[in-house]
Amino acid sequence: MQKRLILNAELLSITVDRLCQQLIENHSDFSNTVILGLQPRGVHFSDLLVDHLKKLIKKDIPYGYLDTTFYRDDFRRRDTPSSANATNIDFIIEEKEVILVDDVLFTGRSVRAALDAMMAYGRPNKVELMVLINRKYTRDLPISPDYIGKDVNTIETQKVLVEIGEGKKNKVWLVNEEE
Amino acid sequence: MPLSQKHLLGIKNITADDINLIFQTADNFKEVINRPIKKVPSLRDITIANVFFENSTRTRLSFELAEKRLSADVINFSASSSSVKKGETLLDTVNNILAMKVDMIVVRHASPGAPHFLARHVDANIINAGDGTHEHPTQALLDTFSIRERLGEVAGKKVAIIGDIMHSRVAISDIFALQKLGAEVMVCGPITLLPKHIEALGVKVELDVQKALEWCDVANVLRIQLERQQIKYFPSLREYSLYYGINKNRLDNLKKEITIMHPGPINRGVEINSDVADSDHAIILDQVENGVAIRMAILYLLANSAS
Repeated sequence: MQKRLILNAELLSITVDRLCQQLIENHSDFSNTVILGLQPRGVHFSDLLVDHLKKLIKKDIPYGYLDTTFYRDDFRRRDTPSSANATNIDFIIEEKEVILVDDVLFTGRSVRAALDAMMAYGRPNKVELMVLINRKYTRDLPISPDYIGKDVNTIETQKVLVEIGEGKKNKVWLVNEEE
Repeated sequence: MPLSQKHLLGIKNITADDINLIFQTADNFKEVINRPIKKVPSLRDITIANVFFENSTRTRLSFELAEKRLSADVINFSASSSSVKKGETLLDTVNNILAMKVDMIVVRHASPGAPHFLARHVDANIINAGDGTHEHPTQALLDTFSIRERLGEVAGKKVAIIGDIMHSRVAISDIFALQKLGAEVMVCGPITLLPKHIEALGVKVELDVQKALEWCDVANVLRIQLERQQIKYFPSLREYSLYYGINKNRLDNLKKEITIMHPGPINRGVEINSDVADSDHAIILDQVENGVAIRMAILYLLANSAS
């Protein structure tokens, strides 16, 4: 198994800062904006992002976790059932501007499920997608991110390993699975 | 991790891991049914038949709601308005339903073992919604889930099951579920309503209801199942109520607060009085709410095991 480092801790914090600045440009005072991190892995990146963003704008933003398990289109097409994670959204997104945050964009199927899952909380005015790593040329669905941490050219047998969260070293790797 | 079984026939043949998986999944569904839009599309390609050969209000409504919340297609069948009256056998009835491309069968039947019989002969997932005086697994799962919700965990808790143990399928399933999760169980009732050799299941037996209440953290009060009693097991309902009915007076005499459960339907003034059933100690309506989440979890997990 070969691994290549694509983001180290320093580059990651620069990237997170840039993404926050882009959000501030588009959302100014965030008075009508909510942020949703996608369970299970996207929330580690979204925690990092929201922490930094709050420091920059010096105010709280409605922020929750969205789980897409029950909305996935590969239910009953896998060997083991995907186990669900907690959805934690204590606000209504009716007429809000929603920023969906995930760590890696691959086929786009998780994001499609997330768009469905989100609608249970109301009809948003606008939805944007932010991803830390955008895997190019691997999409199954016409989904494209609005904010990108880093574009990476990958083939299907490769994996992106994101090490963010408690006890992790804030690094992102590209892993070649052995044939 | 999937369930170890393709069917839910009883608590006896599932594992503690299965029960915990069902609880974890039910936690998520409980969040779903408290959302503004209480529906998820997980089972949109599944058709479920609710086949009820016995009367039911709660269980059938709860299953139907769980199925609809998961976006499954639902058909309902009740024996009283069907060709069963014309002499059709159970297997023929179910095979005819399955010929219409049904994936799962929820069955309630007066004969113990009817769901097990179906599981051996048909290809669909079978869920037992109560078979005679044998088992009622979904009720036991929602009962133990409600105890876990109220008291934090089931392990180490003392649970007394009080009333007509002999004719109760809830009692048997509850005993299996509670023991698998590490709780201590006591049964209490008039000697005529306790099955012989019940202590072989590893439960304590108590005839004095006040002693049972003093011992337990949770009292699960069962209904007197007059419809299943062919002979008289006690002199009168009034006498039963006097000796075994749970009222506020009995609870006030305890040194501690206990949780009161009842699987319904309640016969107010017989096994339980209104001053207890409607008090803060009772979690009877929580049990009903949790029933939908538990049944969603079971349907979701079994549908997955079919692939």
